[in-house]
Amino acid sequence: VRNEYRQLAIKEVADLRYGVSPKPVRCGFDLEIGAGQVFPEVNFTLPALEVCAANWSQVLAHYEEIARNVVARAVALHTPGIVLEFELLPAMTETPEWGAEITALLKRHLREAHDKHGLRSALRVTPTDIRDQVKPPVLRSGEPWLRLRRSFDLCIAAGADILSIESVGGKELHDQGLMYGNLRAIVCALGVLAPRDMAWLWDRIVEATAVEPRAVAGGDTACGFANTAMQLAHQKMLPEVLAAVVRAMSAVRSLVAFERGAMGPSKDCAYEGPVIKAITGCPISMEGKSATCAHFSPVGNIAAAMCDLWSNESVQNVRLLAGNAPEAYTELLAYDCRLMNVAAAHGQALVLRDWMTESDEMLSPQAAVLSPAATIRIATAIVSESNPYRRTVAAGIAATGILREANVAGRLPLSARERQWLTRIEDELSEMPANEDTLLAAMQDEHGRLFDAKSYGLPEAAIA
Amino acid sequence: MSQPEPLFEAILNGDAKAAAALAKAALDGGADPLEMVTNQMIPAMDKVGRLFECEEYFVPELLLSGRAMKAALELLRPRLAASGVQPEGRVVIGTVKGDLHDIGKNLVTSMLEGGGFEVHDLGADVAPERFVAAIREHNADIVALSALLTVTIPAMRTTIEAIGQAGVRDKVQIMVGGAPVTQSYADDIGADGYSENATAAVALARRLMNKNAVA
Repeated sequence: VRNEYRQLAIKEVADLRYGVSPKPVRCGFDLEIGAGQVFPEVNFTLPALEVCAANWSQVLAHYEEIARNVVARAVALHTPGIVLEFELLPAMTETPEWGAEITALLKRHLREAHDKHGLRSALRVTPTDIRDQVKPPVLRSGEPWLRLRRSFDLCIAAGADILSIESVGGKELHDQGLMYGNLRAIVCALGVLAPRDMAWLWDRIVEATAVEPRAVAGGDTACGFANTAMQLAHQKMLPEVLAAVVRAMSAVRSLVAFERGAMGPSKDCAYEGPVIKAITGCPISMEGKSATCAHFSPVGNIAAAMCDLWSNESVQNVRLLAGNAPEAYTELLAYDCRLMNVAAAHGQALVLRDWMTESDEMLSPQAAVLSPAATIRIATAIVSESNPYRRTVAAGIAATGILREANVAGRLPLSARERQWLTRIEDELSEMPANEDTLLAAMQDEHGRLFDAKSYGLPEAAIA
Repeated sequence: MSQPEPLFEAILNGDAKAAAALAKAALDGGADPLEMVTNQMIPAMDKVGRLFECEEYFVPELLLSGRAMKAALELLRPRLAASGVQPEGRVVIGTVKGDLHDIGKNLVTSMLEGGGFEVHDLGADVAPERFVAAIREHNADIVALSALLTVTIPAMRTTIEAIGQAGVRDKVQIMVGGAPVTQSYADDIGADGYSENATAAVALARRLMNKNAVA
């Protein structure tokens, strides 16, 4: 453990706001993230097009067009700085040279824009975690891991300024837990399995970024966990209160990246980012109302309240009236950031932050756990415990407390079936075993076929 | 059914242990397994589907009911087979090549099993040739293809083409689903049906089985 977080870097609610982090990150072409201004982070992907050798020239043409148009729009709008995020598609990680080729292409455009227009920028590259191709996933060995590891190296060599990942360790159990509403499986996935994989994986990412040419080890996201829950809740498949509690608990596994040496900015789809920022002081990327191109969220405004980068999550390179979608979303993000930065320049950042918070906070349980006050409460609960399992349970209990108090006070309306689930979650969290060994043994009995013990550094005999 | 039967209730409440125990007791007492399925178990799952559709049940309640149904059905299946009763249909299901997402596919699997179908789940990132092999191995009536990504739905077309090239297209009905999939896309790639969600997938599978029977 490089960083042991036992207290908050940002202790006061009033100090937790957008654009400012105690530990800003300088990277790319003169860009400093978290040093006072919020910058757009533009993310993009292909339209319906199979990524294969036969289509490769079309793939490259799309990324050329995206980069050219996004940079031109950023320059036209006098954007003070911008981050491009290139999320590799699975085939681009399976063939690491493909991901590296596009990384170099994007970096070339940023370099030219910096040289010609002085546009400050950085390139975040996020290889796909392809280690879950077999069931149960084999995380620490095998061809997928070797290709992922090579993808890190080649993308850094090709010009990645920030390296991130959406890691999947523990997801195989978490999916099952979500589907069956099994809190013990969810807690075991988030608090026992995922932190083990995060520690192992992030040691290797930090190692890769430390070799010349260096890159910043950005951060991870619980996208496969908490955003899955968010989307299922949106489709009325899961209770919103469960999604909210999962969000809070997921911060613990994402924190592990920073314990192992990540510096931020964390990933845009990591809505647990504010908790990370409060604990570590590192900058975060967030997404909300300007990511409607990618998915629904009930936290469109509140998500911006504490961000350092403001993202559109992902948009396909398709034609719109205004041009192509990535450049249109660049414009959207640029205007969002302008407003935040002007408010901050006038000393009104907290006013805008609180308006963004209040506009969402009590309309959804998932927003209620994302306010600055809720963030500090959840973060405090996490650092009050010393191991990921206990921290996960503590975060869950803090989240249920926030929801219960708001509901009882009449501020957060919940349907009868949501209240039933909240009670059930409270009961199950309060009955969690005192230590993880008991939980692990039970999970091995119940769901042992789902996960590979060795992938989590667990001797099979110990949990059999 | 004037009074809800205990097995019906156990499935409705998602109590797999109770469902299995009740099924075993009923069988030991000489009950007709086909009547149990027809009069208690399928009506229970139909009600579960309705409760889910009208947003009374979430997915966990729905899946726990499916699990209870399966637990009871596993006890009944040998007797049903011995008396010549066939499943509603045989389905081969998987997420297409290049796509690792499987939650939606798992949901459909559970609902189809709960609806009385025999389901062979090939998992995620399934190559076309594996679908073809599974159709032959399991004598499938239906192939269900899932995809979540816009960049992987082209693999649905590739899979359907592979099924055609292997000479087994006329043996199966093909249904597709997933976030980026639409009825228009399903029509375009030559699928026989598209379902927007898991509960509708069961109704679609039943319609496709009827189409099979007519054909």
